[in-house]
Amino acid sequence: MPKLTINGKTVDAPEGATVLEAARMAEIDIPTLCHHPKLTPFGGCRLCIVEIKGIPRPVTSCTTPVSEGMEVTTSSPQIEDLRKTVLELILSDHPNDCMVCERAGDCTLQEMAYTYGIRENKFAGERRVYEKKDGNPFIERDLEKCIMCGRCVKVCREVQGVEAIDFGYRGFKAKICTAYEKDLNCEFCGQCVSVCPTGALTGKMWSLKGRKKDVREVDTTCAYCGTGCNITLHVKGNEVVRVTSREDTLNEGWLCVKGRFGYKFINSPDRLTKPLIRRDGRFEEVSWEEAFDCIANKLTEIKAAFGADAIGGLSSARCTNEENYAFQKMIRAAVGTNNVDHCARL
Amino acid sequence: MASLAAIFGSGAMTNSIREIEDMEVIFIIGSNTKETHPVIANRMIKAFRKGAKIIVADPRRVPMTRFADTVLNLKPGTDIALISAIAHVIIKEGLFDKTFIDEKTEGFEEMKKSVEQCTPEYAEKITGVSREAIIRAARVYGGSRKAGIFYTMGITQHTCGTENVNAAANLAILTGNIGRESTGVNPLRGQNNVQGASDAGCLSNLYPGYQKVDSPDVRAKFEKAWGVTLSHKQGLTTTEMIPAALAGKIKALYIMGENPVITDPNAHHTVEALKKLDFMVVQDIFMTETAALADVVLPSTCFAEKDGTFSNTERRVQRVRKAVEPPGEARSDLSIIMEISHRLGYTLDYKSPEDVLLEFGKVWPNIAGITYRRIEKEGIQWPCPDTNHPGTPYLYKNGFPKGKVRFSCVPYTNPAEEADKEYPFVLTTGRNLYQYHSGSMTRRVPQIEAHAGQAYVEISPKDSEKLNIINGDSLAISSRRGSIRLKARVTSSVLEGTIFIPMHYHEAAANIITNDALDATCKIPEFKVCAVKIEK
Repeated sequence: MPKLTINGKTVDAPEGATVLEAARMAEIDIPTLCHHPKLTPFGGCRLCIVEIKGIPRPVTSCTTPVSEGMEVTTSSPQIEDLRKTVLELILSDHPNDCMVCERAGDCTLQEMAYTYGIRENKFAGERRVYEKKDGNPFIERDLEKCIMCGRCVKVCREVQGVEAIDFGYRGFKAKICTAYEKDLNCEFCGQCVSVCPTGALTGKMWSLKGRKKDVREVDTTCAYCGTGCNITLHVKGNEVVRVTSREDTLNEGWLCVKGRFGYKFINSPDRLTKPLIRRDGRFEEVSWEEAFDCIANKLTEIKAAFGADAIGGLSSARCTNEENYAFQKMIRAAVGTNNVDHCARL
Repeated sequence: MASLAAIFGSGAMTNSIREIEDMEVIFIIGSNTKETHPVIANRMIKAFRKGAKIIVADPRRVPMTRFADTVLNLKPGTDIALISAIAHVIIKEGLFDKTFIDEKTEGFEEMKKSVEQCTPEYAEKITGVSREAIIRAARVYGGSRKAGIFYTMGITQHTCGTENVNAAANLAILTGNIGRESTGVNPLRGQNNVQGASDAGCLSNLYPGYQKVDSPDVRAKFEKAWGVTLSHKQGLTTTEMIPAALAGKIKALYIMGENPVITDPNAHHTVEALKKLDFMVVQDIFMTETAALADVVLPSTCFAEKDGTFSNTERRVQRVRKAVEPPGEARSDLSIIMEISHRLGYTLDYKSPEDVLLEFGKVWPNIAGITYRRIEKEGIQWPCPDTNHPGTPYLYKNGFPKGKVRFSCVPYTNPAEEADKEYPFVLTTGRNLYQYHSGSMTRRVPQIEAHAGQAYVEISPKDSEKLNIINGDSLAISSRRGSIRLKARVTSSVLEGTIFIPMHYHEAAANIITNDALDATCKIPEFKVCAVKIEK
């Protein structure tokens, strides 16, 4: 394990760690925009620059491996000045519309601008203008807010294995493109949305539904496949308005299109809201009392006439353990038959 | 699951999702992981990027083949021949783990004999997979001691589903790829809590915790725990209840959150059976195709409206938390069950969902150590027998419950229905990435519907040329049981002679035409193979 000092503090770093990783392990903060702990280093945003004794110029800590005896300084007037300049350059080509941005309050760029107190911009000038909207139903791509950190490109390639997007063009015209600049047509996992540090990538269905400060977050487990991804429901009023996942979970924060964007059934207007009984071939709304009476009477009647084995219960792989346990107990103990199953085979 | 339990002791994924990334070899058979378990596929891709070799055996060129070292595109229903040939090569080339076999297994000689005839050449004829690919797969899998097998319904939804699982398990036993980290036989469960529903005893032959209903001792234990006399007769499975309803033996069904009209094979037959019932209750969140046939429909709650736990495919019991209030008068399933049970003369008195879990732990020691407090941050994997136990990431670390595991002799059998002159194509069914199961949830998500709202049939470029079909043509696909009409999607992801239809679309429900022939042990229907014809 190489030993190095960061801001005078001695740090033991694992072999192969970067200076940034070593610093974060030692709880020393270095600002970053393009770095993501689960993706390969990029060195694109230049915010993570540090001074290393013996190296004449500042280096990006996210791409510099630690070595024995290294002496690192993460903050100095010169470094902070450079960082501020980098931020001003990024912000010079970023729309100033935090007031209406979905990510306000949950935006790394906004945080950085605040931290460095950037009010006026000495680089103000030409801006990139992208008017074309991507027609896909899931992901809003607002390229004017893109800071070219490349996280979306990396996550799509390294985590999802899809490579739906990449850097296109050069210089001021550079942007994140799909092949032939068509509308996005990928797996729509939204991994890119989850790693975007600004409002460039958001869920289309999140629009105007409430920002981070407006919602209550509830951690739960996804209701689709058996992977059991840990998800966080963002709730405003009585509506689930967004789904995200935390990075320190079983699924490492990654989700699929169903888990991330398939939540609208919860507040669907099609939901059943009243007990129904069929009378003369048509459903009529009834009270719970009436429905319970009807079920208890009918099941008791059938059991008396044909025996308990004439009744069967199908439980649900969508329901909780507790409900399933209670259901089979009801069928076995209250009805008196082992005719109970669920859709494991289907 | 039953077959896995019979071989090893537990019907569950032997290893964990996290362990995938350290595997050297990932053998995926009958699982379209990238579309049905996308986030598990992410772990596999992570392993791939760390150097793992991936083998994919599937009748379709599923998306995971992009990351595969070896692709085995076999004819539907020929899995046993393929796996036996792989076993054959592993034995012939001495790639098996002799120490493991000597110490922990029995029946090696019989199994060896049973695959002796199954040479790669023989299997090539049956499966359509080249002998070279079979040999390569055997060398890759047999050459590693950190190799995991993954499967889903692709091998289980066959009349020989049990045998398919037995054959796959043979490979793991043969190479000692079980009972250690990053190995194992890993069925990926297709639904959020299918593991939990099985664990909780929603099975006609098993009480909670896989305890047999026909064992007098077990019954006595549950009679004592529940204070009631219990039936000594094994019950019927879903796939048996439907025919029994048609035969008039089942008079009433109580269905909680299931949609058999879409999910069961031979849908016309299912509808006819349900209509014949004297009484049917459906408790659901939507007016499903099944609920529409019910006598009483009860509005219940979805996962975001209640507290409880789900158990994922790796046996991890995780919290479900209430985030919103249910719509209208909808009530939680638990409260409905308690009320009905009470009215039927048996009182279930739970103050909270956790009370139920604690009772469950009293009758099944494997989860006795799990409380809501302990799984506040992260779920725990059973077995977890006491409150100090950290849970069990992988099973059989200290040997098998039965002492030794037994190899299975698995003869190859043909599917119940094969392509013939009248029905010359083989239909295989499954899911796509966007929709989920019967579609009652995902089809009510406007964005998903906008992107993947139309039923389709995948047909190979060669077949489409032969039949003069182009993308988007409307086709009638018929079997001996029924016919559906849907749009053609010409794609090289299916092989010549095979077509694929996703199961989700009620307006063109694949299960109108699928075969309701069942596996003799597990009663699972053969969704993955049936003979069909294509007409314009």
